[in-house]
Amino acid sequence: MAFTIGVNGSAHNVELEGDTPLLWVLRDVLGMTGTKFGCGVALCGACTVIIDGIPRRSCVTPISSVGEGAVTTIEGIGTTPQGRALQRAWLDLDVVQCGYCQSGQVMSAAALLMATPKPSDSDIDAAMSGNVCRCGTYQRIRAAIHQAATSRAKADDV
Amino acid sequence: MSESESVLPLDRRGFLKVGAAIGGGLVLNLALPVALKSTWAAAAAGSSNFAPNAFIRIDRTGAVTLVMPMVEMGQGVYTALPMLVAEELEVDLDQIRLEHAPPNDALYANAILHVQTTGLSSSVRAFWTPLRQAGATARTLLVSAAAKRWGVDPTKCQARRGVVYDAAAARRLRYGELVDAASALPVPAPDSVLLKQPKDFTLIGTPAKRLDSPDKVNGKAQFGIDVKVPGMKFAAIAISPAFGGKLRSVNEAAALAVRGAHQVVRIDNAVAVVADHTWVAKKGLEAAEVRWDDGPNATVGSGDILRQLEELSRQPGAVARNQGDAQKALAAAAQRFDVVYQLPFLAHAAMEPMNCTVHLRKDRCDLWMGTQAPTLTQALVAELTGLPKDAIKIHNHLLGGGFGRRLEADGTLLAVRIAQHVEGPVKVIWSREEDIQHDMYRPAYYDRLSAGLDESGKPVAWIHRVAGSSVLARYAPPLFRNGLDFDAVEAAAEPPYDFPNIHVDYVRVEPPGIPTAFWRGVGVVKNVFIVESLIDDLAAAVKQDPVTYRRSLLGHNPRALGVLNLATEKAGWGQPLPPRHARGVSLQSAFGGYMSQVAEVEVARDGTVRVSRIVCAVDCGIVVNPDTIAAQVEGGSLFGLTAALYGAITLKGGRVEQSNFHDYRPMRMNEAPTVETHIVKSMEAPGGFGEAPCACVTPAVTNAIFAATGKRIRTLPIDTGQLKS
Repeated sequence: MAFTIGVNGSAHNVELEGDTPLLWVLRDVLGMTGTKFGCGVALCGACTVIIDGIPRRSCVTPISSVGEGAVTTIEGIGTTPQGRALQRAWLDLDVVQCGYCQSGQVMSAAALLMATPKPSDSDIDAAMSGNVCRCGTYQRIRAAIHQAATSRAKADDV
Repeated sequence: MSESESVLPLDRRGFLKVGAAIGGGLVLNLALPVALKSTWAAAAAGSSNFAPNAFIRIDRTGAVTLVMPMVEMGQGVYTALPMLVAEELEVDLDQIRLEHAPPNDALYANAILHVQTTGLSSSVRAFWTPLRQAGATARTLLVSAAAKRWGVDPTKCQARRGVVYDAAAARRLRYGELVDAASALPVPAPDSVLLKQPKDFTLIGTPAKRLDSPDKVNGKAQFGIDVKVPGMKFAAIAISPAFGGKLRSVNEAAALAVRGAHQVVRIDNAVAVVADHTWVAKKGLEAAEVRWDDGPNATVGSGDILRQLEELSRQPGAVARNQGDAQKALAAAAQRFDVVYQLPFLAHAAMEPMNCTVHLRKDRCDLWMGTQAPTLTQALVAELTGLPKDAIKIHNHLLGGGFGRRLEADGTLLAVRIAQHVEGPVKVIWSREEDIQHDMYRPAYYDRLSAGLDESGKPVAWIHRVAGSSVLARYAPPLFRNGLDFDAVEAAAEPPYDFPNIHVDYVRVEPPGIPTAFWRGVGVVKNVFIVESLIDDLAAAVKQDPVTYRRSLLGHNPRALGVLNLATEKAGWGQPLPPRHARGVSLQSAFGGYMSQVAEVEVARDGTVRVSRIVCAVDCGIVVNPDTIAAQVEGGSLFGLTAALYGAITLKGGRVEQSNFHDYRPMRMNEAPTVETHIVKSMEAPGGFGEAPCACVTPAVTNAIFAATGKRIRTLPIDTGQLKS
């Protein structure tokens, strides 16, 4: 079947079965490899993208369900104010280690800040506990989310 | 954005042009003398050796390219190793570009491991001197070239940030302007160049930002799984679920009926479907109705392995250490302890599942992946394909976690065996289920210990028998001598305490069919847990505070005492805590450094364990990047804690029972404690650090559980059922 999906503001035409997960469309068909495969069953969050402001595990999101939804991936999140603030905080605090899960971490965090600009620790736990990091960078992820939220709040004051 | 965004840490095409100096210019190929030590163990314990390994390139534009001999898998070497060079080369980190090294033991061997392999927390220890010498040699040549052009004494010139200045700083030449002249000068012997005194370091010891961060937060970082090769197809694989089983049948027609599936590849113990993309390959595999013959291990279960360990651990083993007469001292002891510790198989479960992309042609084989052992992999692929080694092109990448899993070439060899049947390049990706069920596992262990105390409570006898699979015997057979696996007894044979009579031995017990491998923290992880648990028992038996008791046994070990005192002071040891909360302490000497941790734990009435805080003191000698030390303490502690709380690979019917992150649980954010790091300032040689915190954390937590509940954990993972009250 033919599908047209919007990713980071660009339309892409693909010819695929409707059950194909968005993850493999992005990675294998469109060549956008920033979105990662980790578990295939929505247990680790490495494949997280944002569709219309909502974080989605792309490994279990069939392309047929995307429809007109605006897909944002790690390659495009830096154009959003939340994504930009988070990327800056991630660099300031040197969050990453191996880095493989970090696309998904940044995407889940961006969706959190879009919905909850000033999250509490328990908001962060709720939004981020689906994202696994085997290197154990959680402490810095938490700090970076708080820092990004604070920097956004300051930016809004100006 | 921040300044560091301007860094381009990795040139993705870099590996294709290694050895070719861009735009002419200086190619410094630093051949350094090798002083081989007789064993890995001896080398690991001590100093850095010289090895022919470093490779600096500066082009006429002044761009400095460093070829990284060790791989980046999160541990921070792509920042620490450049810092060593930059300190002496007198360039800033933002002036450096990095490339992955091609496989070449002659140029890039790690002086501790003797091969181009990243492991055993050895990178900084092995390259501490060679990479500083590499930088100093290059700087010396560039300064000499400038001095010659000006007709002045080179010792009166100075280099700063890639520029040479004369004595009055009146004249200046950029490195890029000097590369041709510098190339014409004779290269001094590496040990003839003067290295900075530690007090003069301007970069080493400062918290530098990681060079690999920017591309890891915007999706640009390239892991092995991300490679794009023109014409590439995608393969999904199934491997015999039972270890040692064989493929019996495949419904090829059903697999190929899936649109976009092109080929079914059968090899003796696995089957692959090759397709237009991964999802189609997975669907083809699902449709293929694969049947297996389970083979000789079809009935093996965890109980069999435990019985085998229990039985064979009764036999005496190869002696790792024998000092005094431990048996005699035990017989005469006032108090005696006999305990058994059991540890499970563990999977690595790196976030990046196993994968390899292969393009096999008649006369060459290109491989794209992230590997900790590129030269080993190259040799094994040469052997498999019959091609000469230099026809095996390893294109190494960033690793999405290694933890020891990517020391192994099994996944690569499987991919090559599939590629032998495929025209053109093919990317083979394992599902998470395959990754967990066909890992090569941290061995299960069964250790027997006896300790004897004299009237005053001092341990006069210490006997420790380690029993389990020998990874070393398979991975590095020449290092497995007289039945002794020095890795399996590391930190058991040389505990930090004064034991007048100590006997430690090792019994090799190979489980049927189950492949074993190194796992982050190697033998140290299990042994520190066991030694620190028993010491805690002894302290309790003589009704002494666990810290006081440890202190009393550290008379000869000031660095160990130093970290113990620092950790307990920072943790507020002895200060009151709410009911059901307690602190536990641990101490270790391993990987050339010292560490002590204090864990604060709460045990709920239902037995649930919550670790709220970990305080860690480290003395790992001279620190290259203190922020990396802190990051490794934070992450390594969680890695070890994950295994202690949840980690177990169990077997039934010859196959692994766990399959994904629901039953092989990683620690998640809502469960993670806060971790504090305190570094002892030291001028000792640098110690290794990527693995140390994984070990120290577990006994700190189990000792805290003991303090809270009176229950001693001697089997991992922690059974919270037994902690109910």
